[in-house]
Amino acid sequence: MSEPQQANDRSGRPAGAFITEYSKPLPHPSPFSKPYWEAARAHEFKLQQCGKCGKFIYYPRPRCQHCLSDQLEWKKCSGRGTVYSYTVAHYAPTPAFKEIPFVLAIVDLEEGPRMTTNIVAPPDKIKIGMPVKVFFDDVTPECTLVKFEPA
Amino acid sequence: MSLKRKAAAIGIGEVRPFREPGDETALSLMAKVSAEAIADAGLEKKDIDGVLNAVPFSDPAGFYPASFCEMIGIEPSMLDIVDIGGAIGTGMFWRAAAAIDAGMCNAVLCVGGDLNRPGEAPFPWISLEREFEWPYGYIAPTLGYAMIAKRHMHEYGTTSAQLAKIAVDQRTNALKNPLARFNDRPLTVDDVLNSRLLADPLHIYDIVSPQCGASAFIVVSPEIAKRSKHPPVWLLGAGESSDHSVISYAPSITTSCVKPAAEAAFKMAGLKPKDMHFVQPYDCFTITVLVALEDAGFIKKGQGGPFVMEHDLTYAGDLPCNTHGGQLSFGQAGFAGGMSHVTEGIRQLMGRGEGRQVKNASVGFVNGNGGVMSEQCSIILERQS
Repeated sequence: MSEPQQANDRSGRPAGAFITEYSKPLPHPSPFSKPYWEAARAHEFKLQQCGKCGKFIYYPRPRCQHCLSDQLEWKKCSGRGTVYSYTVAHYAPTPAFKEIPFVLAIVDLEEGPRMTTNIVAPPDKIKIGMPVKVFFDDVTPECTLVKFEPA
Repeated sequence: MSLKRKAAAIGIGEVRPFREPGDETALSLMAKVSAEAIADAGLEKKDIDGVLNAVPFSDPAGFYPASFCEMIGIEPSMLDIVDIGGAIGTGMFWRAAAAIDAGMCNAVLCVGGDLNRPGEAPFPWISLEREFEWPYGYIAPTLGYAMIAKRHMHEYGTTSAQLAKIAVDQRTNALKNPLARFNDRPLTVDDVLNSRLLADPLHIYDIVSPQCGASAFIVVSPEIAKRSKHPPVWLLGAGESSDHSVISYAPSITTSCVKPAAEAAFKMAGLKPKDMHFVQPYDCFTITVLVALEDAGFIKKGQGGPFVMEHDLTYAGDLPCNTHGGQLSFGQAGFAGGMSHVTEGIRQLMGRGEGRQVKNASVGFVNGNGGVMSEQCSIILERQS
């Protein structure tokens, strides 16, 4: 886990200042999603893979949504993908998201699934179809969000 | 099994959407439109033996229908909520018809009302969204529809001006609707394009305005319909579908599950899109209308942009669309918003469209859309000549 002063300045936050300032919603992991968030905290990108049909899954689920198998294994993944679509938000959907503009995106992961995430880059540098790679944003000492940046 | 001509709408109630709640609550608004709809149907409260509710954002709760019925003194033999967002109104219509056809009840009050602000109790969003969407700021549907519009533009070359034309034509309709919230001045494509860019590529006039309001309609058995004072508006077909909840996990974000819903509705009705005299597609955003009309078969996929520029979507046009102004100009009253497309469809077919009446309208298409293209319910309505 990174120390506060090592907060990555690409996140836009002043280093060392975020512990008390972070007010955006945080994930509350469930028993079946806990490994995902624990991996993110260790700066590893892991997805569930179905032991029966072989497909990768995002978001974490209690069963494979393709074949309903419960034989799901956590696999370390490439953290690479492409931008399927995105928007630049010029307003704060809730007061906590006051740092605007921010980029919300859907990323096609190399392993197959799509995920909702943020792209950490100037909005005018983002294009549909562009390759991106994972960026671990340590938003609090307990929580790391999985974001992406241009590859 | 088919619900074709198994039930008809014979009465409506609606309030003009408004900004400040004042002394109104979701329940008081629902009570008001219920009373209006029952009277409009020429029925008495004791005749109502089925109730379908939309649970409001502003007063979310379980056990909703029994509480609502207790409040207004109805003792139904069928009661339930419909929980498919903007598809609630169309979803209520076929569920009412199905319950009537199954012999569970004879006259169903379908009602929704809402305020434009949260009440004392927070709306209970599912843990999945709070865990995997909210941390990234995906809290508002605006951002989801913006991503749909962005991708539609990427795949098909759709432009912001083309989307704006939808809002412009619908505003023309609203100018003839005394119940529309925004009926005082026309809108131009430039007005839309020059309005604030909220979530690229959607401008503020591409987006509905949250209002307080309520809508109700009464669906009855053929026996009761025969005695109706208004021309009964029959259900000819219905179809429903869902292929995701959060748009990120949809099979495609530019081709929606309006397709199977509309196909099922047309199949049950034995009709085709070209047979429709008007369309009332749910319009939380301009892009919603474009995608719904493409996927329902009114426009070739991807051609929605050029189509709306070349066609007149007003009540007097070649494809009258959202003749009440759509929610973009009528206003969106939370979960009751989608019901306004149904009440307008009923109004048009009863010949009560006032200055925006579509000439000789006898059959029309209504589509409800919940979430971010997540739940779809299409219905086809007919006035028998």
